[in-house]
Amino acid sequence: MWAFLHKFSSPKYFYALSGRLIPWFGWFCLAFMLAGLYYGLFVAPPDYQQGESYRIMFVHVPAAWMSMFVYMVMAIAGGIGLVWRIKLAEVIAASSAPIGASFTFLALATGALWGKPMWGTWWVWDARLTSELILLFLYLGVIALNSAIEDKRTASRASAVLALVGVVNIPIIHYSVEWWNTLHQGATFTKLDAPSIHISMLIPLLLMAIAFKLFYVVVVLKRARCEVLERERNSSWVQELVKKYET
Amino acid sequence: MASDLSAFYILLKRDLTLAYRHRAELANPLLFFIIVVSLFPLGISSESKALQSIAPGVIWVAALLAAMLSLDSLFRSDFEDGSLEQIALSAHSLPLLVLGKVLAHWLVTGLPLIVLAPFLGILLFLPDTAMLTLIATLALGTPVLSLVGAIGVALTVGLRRGGVLLSLLVLPLYIPVLIFAAGAVNEAARGFPVAGQLYFLAALLSLSLTLAPFAVAAALRISLS
Repeated sequence: MWAFLHKFSSPKYFYALSGRLIPWFGWFCLAFMLAGLYYGLFVAPPDYQQGESYRIMFVHVPAAWMSMFVYMVMAIAGGIGLVWRIKLAEVIAASSAPIGASFTFLALATGALWGKPMWGTWWVWDARLTSELILLFLYLGVIALNSAIEDKRTASRASAVLALVGVVNIPIIHYSVEWWNTLHQGATFTKLDAPSIHISMLIPLLLMAIAFKLFYVVVVLKRARCEVLERERNSSWVQELVKKYET
Repeated sequence: MASDLSAFYILLKRDLTLAYRHRAELANPLLFFIIVVSLFPLGISSESKALQSIAPGVIWVAALLAAMLSLDSLFRSDFEDGSLEQIALSAHSLPLLVLGKVLAHWLVTGLPLIVLAPFLGILLFLPDTAMLTLIATLALGTPVLSLVGAIGVALTVGLRRGGVLLSLLVLPLYIPVLIFAAGAVNEAARGFPVAGQLYFLAALLSLSLTLAPFAVAAALRISLS
């Protein structure tokens, strides 16, 4: 088990393995996304209250889920890198930050587009919108810190500390904002056994959620590969790789 | 060899002495606090009704910015003359020493804000009933600002231009304090009980008092490596 982990977490092995895995994840992602979009846009019935415009939910809700999921991945990977000094964990944390920020931005943008016809306004200072906005600020802080420090490994460790501080703060921010002001509709489903959403809408939502996860995996692996090459540029295997491509 | 606690006191005394020797610098964040607050009547309106309704938020946002501006001096001079490295290398517990530095910093930057705030409250026609709450929220809130801010300073102390970056890192983390504190003062101005918000602020204070020194110590070790 440990031997496997050590082997997997070596940058060289990761580079080779991820190269083989990315196409698989990519095709599965495409399949799930096409199925989710088909079911979401054509099969699911229009909402009795919101008509057709609710369909943006199939992008909005998975993006919002991913925005929090990616932050957790980033913080956990950062923590692992901080404690065990595993290079690969640092790489994953560093390459997750921009993706998570993009998901957060996507959730905010689709939320604004959805809010205009439903609430009659692009933006309200509602609890969940506000905490999503603050999450975006936290991401931007991590990205800014990461790019401000020259030495990549120091940068990774510093942003890992910041991400972990953010993890402690996220629930506090979330509940303080919720207490401050709320207008948002209740969570789409809180319990899996009794969701407040019809099954015909739940299926495309879950398909899209899986597609978004797979999309994240593909993009994070691609980014991590570039990051690994950059960080390991002085090692012999990278130089051999470069020579192979040159000839 | 001195115990951890006496090292804490020595560091506290040293930082307070240093601050006392540079008295003029200490006034700057306070002047900033006063000027920012006095800009709002000029920018919005001189009507007492309008000012009254924004007073808690304005005072608290100004306090937040003043606290953030004063943060830079927390580790800067010690970092530049190398004494920060000596502190980190010492055999004493770094989180405790950090706590001493933050306490000294709060005593010279946070405490004066609390003293000044009631006068700014008068300038903005804050009702007398809210005055005590304003002082209480500042007394509970500004230490949190110093403690959480210290994490950001420790992360950026090695950078040449850490100033703007620091605000980007620290301000989002200040939001819960702002919400509870300004909320409490608002409620007090309307004559509602505010115990709930004060308890929340006290909880935030105890949380940051126990956790932040460790994060600061970890961040300092990274910045110094």
